[in-house]
Amino acid sequence: MLLSHLPALQVVLPLIAAPICLVLHHARLAWAWAMLISWSAFGIALSLLNRVLSEGVISYHIGKWAPPWGIEYRLDEASVFMLVLVTTIGVVVTTFAKESVEKEIVKEKIHLFYTCYLLCFAGLLGMSITGDVFNIFVFLEISSLSAYALISMSDDRRALTASFRYLVMGTVGATFYIIGVGLIYMATGSLNIADLAVKLPAVADTQTVRAALAFLIVGLSLKLALFPLHSWLPNAYAYAPSAVSAFIAATATKVAVYVMLRVIFTIFGVSYVFGTMNLGPAILSLAIMGMFAASAMAISQKNVKRLLAYSSIAQIGYIMLGISFATVTGLSGGIVHLFNHALIKCCLFMVMGCVFFRINSTDIKDMAGLGKRMPFTMAAFVIGGLSLIGVPSTVGFISKWYLMQAAFEAGSWVIAIMIPLSSLLAVVYIWRVVEVAYFSPSPDGETAIKEAPVSMQIPIWVMVAGIFYFGINAEFTLDVARRAAESLLGGIVL
Amino acid sequence: MMISEIPPSLILILGALILPFSKKLRPLFVLGLPILVLMKIWSLNIGDTITMQAFDLNLIPLKVEVTGRLFATIFAVMAFVGGLFALNQKRTEELVAAFIYAGSAIGVTLAGDLVTIFVFWEIMAVASTLVILSSSTKKSRKAAMRYLLVHILGGCVLLSGIAMYAADTGSILFENMTVNSVGTWLMLIGVLINTAAPPLSAWLSDAYPEASFSGTVFLSAFTTKTAVYVLLCGFAGTEILIYVGLYMAFYGIIYALLENDMRRILSYGIVNGVGFMVCGIGIGTEMALNGVVAYAVVHILYKALLLMSAGSVLHMTGKRKCTELGGLFQSMPVTTICAVIGGLSISFPFTAGFISKSMITQAAADGHLSFAWFVLMIASVGVFISIGLKYVWFVFFQEDSGLRPKDPPLNMQIAMILFSAICIGLGIYPELLYNMLPYAVDYEPYSVSHIITMLQLLLFAGLSFFMLLPIMKRMLAMSLDFDWLYRFFIPKMAKPIIEAGDALNIKVRACFMSILGSVIDNTVGYKAGRDSFTWILRTCGSIVWIMVMLVMYLLMCYYA
Repeated sequence: MLLSHLPALQVVLPLIAAPICLVLHHARLAWAWAMLISWSAFGIALSLLNRVLSEGVISYHIGKWAPPWGIEYRLDEASVFMLVLVTTIGVVVTTFAKESVEKEIVKEKIHLFYTCYLLCFAGLLGMSITGDVFNIFVFLEISSLSAYALISMSDDRRALTASFRYLVMGTVGATFYIIGVGLIYMATGSLNIADLAVKLPAVADTQTVRAALAFLIVGLSLKLALFPLHSWLPNAYAYAPSAVSAFIAATATKVAVYVMLRVIFTIFGVSYVFGTMNLGPAILSLAIMGMFAASAMAISQKNVKRLLAYSSIAQIGYIMLGISFATVTGLSGGIVHLFNHALIKCCLFMVMGCVFFRINSTDIKDMAGLGKRMPFTMAAFVIGGLSLIGVPSTVGFISKWYLMQAAFEAGSWVIAIMIPLSSLLAVVYIWRVVEVAYFSPSPDGETAIKEAPVSMQIPIWVMVAGIFYFGINAEFTLDVARRAAESLLGGIVL
Repeated sequence: MMISEIPPSLILILGALILPFSKKLRPLFVLGLPILVLMKIWSLNIGDTITMQAFDLNLIPLKVEVTGRLFATIFAVMAFVGGLFALNQKRTEELVAAFIYAGSAIGVTLAGDLVTIFVFWEIMAVASTLVILSSSTKKSRKAAMRYLLVHILGGCVLLSGIAMYAADTGSILFENMTVNSVGTWLMLIGVLINTAAPPLSAWLSDAYPEASFSGTVFLSAFTTKTAVYVLLCGFAGTEILIYVGLYMAFYGIIYALLENDMRRILSYGIVNGVGFMVCGIGIGTEMALNGVVAYAVVHILYKALLLMSAGSVLHMTGKRKCTELGGLFQSMPVTTICAVIGGLSISFPFTAGFISKSMITQAAADGHLSFAWFVLMIASVGVFISIGLKYVWFVFFQEDSGLRPKDPPLNMQIAMILFSAICIGLGIYPELLYNMLPYAVDYEPYSVSHIITMLQLLLFAGLSFFMLLPIMKRMLAMSLDFDWLYRFFIPKMAKPIIEAGDALNIKVRACFMSILGSVIDNTVGYKAGRDSFTWILRTCGSIVWIMVMLVMYLLMCYYA
């Protein structure tokens, strides 16, 4: 009985847990509650993954209203992949958050923090699971609004302006999205994704639908921070509390990418977007510009969190590059990189959380000699960095290899070479941090700095283990990604 | 995987990782590991393979062939002697990095597929960078950064080539390839970057001398020789390599003449030596390839010997410039003798260099490549002057610098004596080496005419060296090379470009803002305090890009 309602529980559980968390009104209790919820959500996601992989697509009708009139939760390989990703990151970051949040946020606000955190979590899960475009908008707003609040909770006053900017830009993005949804609703009278896929071709050649596509793509490009619509991201990531940076960097933009995939491949269909409309070259060139420009900007950053934020924009470029090929290899390369990059960035932002925990700064210059004083933390940074560069036996290599294969398949070796070339820039910005941390002497007279607490170390090393495990044994991720790509390209499998 | 199935490369790499925990047993570990690896290499039979499946690639992490095993052997020997020489090195991380470096070099030589090669290739790049870094001077950090960038660039090109080759042919097997597609060209270029081929030759002499006294010894052996190995097995007979090799041979000689830093002189010698090998690979006959293999082995031996002697001088005096050294033979007799043997081994008869290098020259003659033969002959004499004589003379003899350092500690002396003995031994009994080569050897190095020609040339060259001594002394300048482009020019150029991009961005936004501002002023009549809220300005500025993107997509969709 309960099992058949798991898709609803996946979202409803954290959604209901959030107000309860508000009522708990106690810092430790709120954390324990968030921990319980994220583990349960993780468990649900795993069991859903299992079911989808063995039984195929699950369609769940909310309140037994049959689609296309009722809201449908629809789970295929792609969406269940996102659920697993978001809940995994959720579990890891919640574990990490305990000490980190206690340090960075005033005690009276901690329960508010976890309330927003659970809301954001619920929103992201909802976006991944729902099969209804308007419902996606609702969850998009839930996750975004709570994310603005989470970012503004930081001690750093710059977080307020960063959060405000994110709010303005994010709202523009969401508005564009809803305008797009409105337009296709106008043309088809439907909001259900599967239904839209059937009805759109008949009206595809109208100005309304064309405008809808443009609005949806721009709106989502903003949400996923595709160059040059990335400007909200660096400050938001840099000044947010560490746990928030780790969580949002690994999930928010990734879920937006997922929605983009849904819009392009499921709703409009690959032949419409890449064939009739021929948007491939535009997305491709923006992706490549992003890869290089954002990496170049990362090099000149003074704050490591900002540096990582720019690197995230560059990595989004890789993901979109894979998608822009619109082939099974390209798409699965993009999806694999989406997963891999989530692991890497979550790990690196948590490392910076540990650094901030001990030295109260994430500026490069303050990290002198940290390699000796926080050996485990910095070792994790080096591993994450190597993976970002794409060194073999880490996940970064798998992504790059597949993206390159996709480029060759598309017959473009120039693009294929750009992939490793832009990783040269990653060498430079990772190096700048490593050089200071390992090869600059620690400032004199500094009180002894200890390694970060174990409860913060464990989640980091779980991610590091993931970086290696999925870098060596990539069968699981590649398999799921390939199946997700095939189902996306094949349209809706009824 | 059983212990007996672990490939030798992994033994060395994993062993290196335990090294920091060995404490007092460190010397035992340092010397024992390479010996273990050596035994492991020779317990493998020709044709042994290990295969494994990683995602959808069929990897062959181990495939034993004659050439590969010989290279692996000399690498293991090098790791042993290098370790022996480095026992006094206080920084454990250097040895760890050096052993990982050596292990991955062995990994390349025993690899059966291109992806495995690439994996070890990258580990090599990172580990060797760490070796340079371990000397922990400011200069070494900068040099290490440049070194890493060049090698990652090489790695990128190589990876692109491999990926493309795999996409073209559906195979990642490492075998002899003809250079006829973009993929193979990229692979060739990627590998050539590691041989210090033009135009990126400068990385070698830029980075190697910045390592510590013991680090340079390791560095000299592996990177370039693994690249030679890959060229040898993958690209034998590619004609362009002849000319690349000849260029490198001369490049090394000329830059060495201009140089003052003793280890930099020897580094240029590496480029010269690798040039001979690359040229031999380009010739591609059995004789030439035999010569290349033999010379690669010998070159590792004598170059390491020379760099150990230079390392000993550096260790005992702390000085590295030829102009600051001199007259050291009085107090460092063992080092001097070893350095002399190393110097002679470059091309003098009855040394290892003579019996191997001359095979390449002979192959050029047999193939009627008169130009190549002529250039190689000159180069083998030139290198004797510009590197062998110049280094030995200025550091150990010349006018007395007043320094009276002692010979280095015993372990360093033993390491040098060991290699000196091998250099002489192979020179006298060339069959020892010839029997290990991939093809049957039909070559007699010690014909009377050959010895006499070479002796005449060398003696004449020596004479000219001493006649030109006054000119050579004054060379204290820094020489200009291709690396000027990426050390000075590009950083200088990049700045204005980035600034111009910034300026453009600001202009576009400001333009939009002034329009928006005037619209607001005129319609609402409300003057916002724009100056005090720059962050609002910036947010509004970002909106411009959203508009630009929306218009772009709308146009694209409408006119599709």
